[in-house]
Amino acid sequence: MRRAIVFTVAFLLPGLAWSDDRRTGYDDMNADLQALQDDPMNPATFWVLDGERLWSEPAGTTAQSCADCHGSAEDSMQGVAARYPSFDESSGTAVDLLGRIALCQSRHQQTAQPRDRSDPDRLALLAYVTHQSRGLPIMPDEDPRLAPARARGEALFSSRMGQLNLSCAQCHDDNAGGYLAAARIPQAHPTGYPQYRLEWETIGSLDRRLAGCMTGVRADPFAPGSPELVALELFLKSRAAGLTVEALPIRP
Amino acid sequence: MDSRSDSGAGPSGPTGPQTACAGPWWRARFILSGGGALAAVCLLVAAPLNAQGLPDPLTTTPGDPVRGEAIVTDPQHGLCTLCHEGPFPQVPFAGNLGPDLTGVGARRAVPELRQQIVDSRIGNPDTIMPPYYTTDGRERVGARWQGATMLRAQEVEDVVAYLASLTGDMP
Repeated sequence: MRRAIVFTVAFLLPGLAWSDDRRTGYDDMNADLQALQDDPMNPATFWVLDGERLWSEPAGTTAQSCADCHGSAEDSMQGVAARYPSFDESSGTAVDLLGRIALCQSRHQQTAQPRDRSDPDRLALLAYVTHQSRGLPIMPDEDPRLAPARARGEALFSSRMGQLNLSCAQCHDDNAGGYLAAARIPQAHPTGYPQYRLEWETIGSLDRRLAGCMTGVRADPFAPGSPELVALELFLKSRAAGLTVEALPIRP
Repeated sequence: MDSRSDSGAGPSGPTGPQTACAGPWWRARFILSGGGALAAVCLLVAAPLNAQGLPDPLTTTPGDPVRGEAIVTDPQHGLCTLCHEGPFPQVPFAGNLGPDLTGVGARRAVPELRQQIVDSRIGNPDTIMPPYYTTDGRERVGARWQGATMLRAQEVEDVVAYLASLTGDMP
């Protein structure tokens, strides 16, 4: 009996405590910013509405719309953002949701390629698709073919880089909750991407945020959509498993 | 090491740790203890002597504490206040990731301050404090900063002079 209690305390409770200790960027915001996010007409809503329109709009040389293949996004896209990044069979690589939208556009709509990953229409589609996972728990794709990229992301997270010689982990694990000047350092749970960032005055994806961090430590940022950034997202999403997808969030 | 970023170009400063058995303190100890104990004493004193830092100034011009204060309190220049609070009320938003600099001049000798700024990894390999006057061991440095140290030698001396002057009340 006693052994059973020890087992419970030693192995099960820490697991529960771990999930309770995790804080999202939303948790770290002040009440005014939380209220702005909770307002149904928060600034990010415009991108969701744009995305909803684009979903049914014919595009590319095939003049197909997303809806022609996928039907109603509210049904077909529910939970998709909660499990991305995923594995792309044709290329044999991990892709993030923005990359998947780009692949869909080039393969099925045959839109002009390449298009910038920060293309407003593509971000609007990302916003709309992500919106269909609002409130759902992050459930990382367990495809074993993603494991090498996820492990690479974990290694990158602990790699010092840049003139400031800092790793992600040194701030976002070791010093989360501390203040870098006026900014509270978050725990790096990607629950809210794309997000409307006041600093950007627009919405942006996780790779833009990660590139911003890398530039902050005066490193050469990984290219948007690069295997390194997808690997980092895979690792971050696995740490954030069970946390709720925010769609769409506001961040300072 | 990233050969594509920091291949020895630029104003690289003194970068290695001071060897434990090079300074006058060791020589006195060596004479007292006799040559037979050389290896053992070297091992014993290596850590504390490393912690004593860099006694020699990086430049011949003495550090200017006024210029040093300007560097420390400009978050775009020294970056110090991103992580350190201190006796500089003119800085509106100082971070708290590193120790408060109030009284640091009373807590730390000048050679220690110099070592901490030049390369704080010498004292603590896991430090989050950036190395300000070495390009050693950096990875994936952005093009704008490749081969460049965070501060120039005279700027380091200015900052050291300012920090050494902070002997007021402990935080």
